[in-house]
Amino acid sequence: MRVYAAFIYVFLYAPIALIVVFSFNAGHYAMDWQGFSVEWYGKAFANPILTKALVTSLIVASSTAVIATVVGTLCALGLERMKGWLRQLFDALIYIAIMVPGVVIGISTLIAFVTVFDAVNPALEAIGIARLQMGLWTVIAAHVLFNLAVVVLIIRARLAGMDRSLVEASEDLYATPFATFRQVVLPALMPSLLAGLLLSFTFSFEDFIITFFVAGPNTTLPIYMYSSIRRGVTPEINAIGSTVLVSSLTLLMLAQFLLRARTKAR
Amino acid sequence: MSSTSSRSRIVTALLVGPAGLFFFFLLILPLIVVIIYSFGARAEAGGYAPAFTFANYANLPARGRAFFNTLTLAPFGTLLTALFAYPLAYFLAVKANEKQRTLLLVLVIVPFWTSQLLRYYAWIMILGAKGIPNWLSFIGLADVRILNTPGAVLIGAVYGFLPLMILPIYVSLEKLDKRLLEASADLGADASRTFRQVTLPLSLPGVATGSMLVFILLMGEYILPSFLGGGKVFFIGNALVDLFLQSRNWPFGAAVSTAMVAIMFVTIALYMRFVLSRGDVRRAALV
Repeated sequence: MRVYAAFIYVFLYAPIALIVVFSFNAGHYAMDWQGFSVEWYGKAFANPILTKALVTSLIVASSTAVIATVVGTLCALGLERMKGWLRQLFDALIYIAIMVPGVVIGISTLIAFVTVFDAVNPALEAIGIARLQMGLWTVIAAHVLFNLAVVVLIIRARLAGMDRSLVEASEDLYATPFATFRQVVLPALMPSLLAGLLLSFTFSFEDFIITFFVAGPNTTLPIYMYSSIRRGVTPEINAIGSTVLVSSLTLLMLAQFLLRARTKAR
Repeated sequence: MSSTSSRSRIVTALLVGPAGLFFFFLLILPLIVVIIYSFGARAEAGGYAPAFTFANYANLPARGRAFFNTLTLAPFGTLLTALFAYPLAYFLAVKANEKQRTLLLVLVIVPFWTSQLLRYYAWIMILGAKGIPNWLSFIGLADVRILNTPGAVLIGAVYGFLPLMILPIYVSLEKLDKRLLEASADLGADASRTFRQVTLPLSLPGVATGSMLVFILLMGEYILPSFLGGGKVFFIGNALVDLFLQSRNWPFGAAVSTAMVAIMFVTIALYMRFVLSRGDVRRAALV
């Protein structure tokens, strides 16, 4: 049993370790060890297309994280106050947003954007305003959609586990609803808020398939990596990959830690 | 009183409003448009021309290969994942000690949250010519090909979705009443009989939940078949990317994606009908 468990953990982590190990390869082929070197990190970060893609990804991921966390938290707070069919409708939408595969989200948002652009652009041109087109904002909008659902679930789990008596005590002490929110609810939600922020940043930063459809001419890091992987396996991809892996693992561990602190507090 | 309740209603509407707008404009409306498109015709230059025809659905067999691959490899991959996941979930829930358990669980989840692109990239390295086939050639097995075969896609499926399968099985085993196991032993059942007649049946809801999640996500895969199937073993997702971004036959692509989502919803409906309708397991499943 223990041996089997060990085998599974090796199976889960060996491929990830392999990426990191071969990022320090001196040779030109990823699986052909020629000695230790950090030259590929230098080459990767000197590549202007790559650094531009990295910056684009950082902009998209941080905008997505902030918008998804704010909108998702507001939605979770609102759902707490709702009953009946409208609430069930929102519940259904949240699960649909999570369950519908990325390919379909990508396709349907692409079609929706194009349809809107075709309808609006002639009018915009007539009054001399720039045409609407695919850009970072379409990527951010599509990313917010699925991360929003994740944030709602996280915040709702926290609200469900919250001690209602604190809110009641605050009300009994004549705090206004806003003061209760700011001084009681918000501090209690903080760890989950940060976890939601970190998770949506990571999910957005790593998304390939939705971005592939709605990015227009923009290149994000996953899109750059996808097209170079299709061309062949090189230590440069390993170098970028290791950087991404180490940073996202750090963020994920932090999110896990925050979510666990939450459970303990309960 | 009525003024406070109407004010409270406005606050609620303002809170859920932004999210509602996102869901309406980027989820409901687009999905409706996809369904409308699936009955349309292809415009001359690609894209969509208004029409009402079932031709796109009648044409689905033209992508039969993608449907066949998806509908054989996704269930088979799900089964393999369940077989590999169960023993580990059992170990975590029953054998592992309290202190290590949380850490071991976190270690199961973490890879699932790292970049899918990179995790499958690693398997291109491992299964490609310089990886396992190269090592096998040292022991006399020359010219073994793994990459770009259904086998490679299955290995990737198990690797990619193991965490998602382990968690629900773990939950169902963890909340299993341990007194039942003692009772079974007291009544003279040996370990294997207790497992077959008590533990396994009671953990099946977890297996069903994990299998549904993995099956649905596998069906929608794009990167996995693209990297490990290398254009030879392709899924519906790959056919969709081709239809929308290369051949630009949007109405046909819309019909293919509607068919795919329909299959997923049937799966979910069956799952709810046969698993979630049992009230006692409903809570266990919704984790």
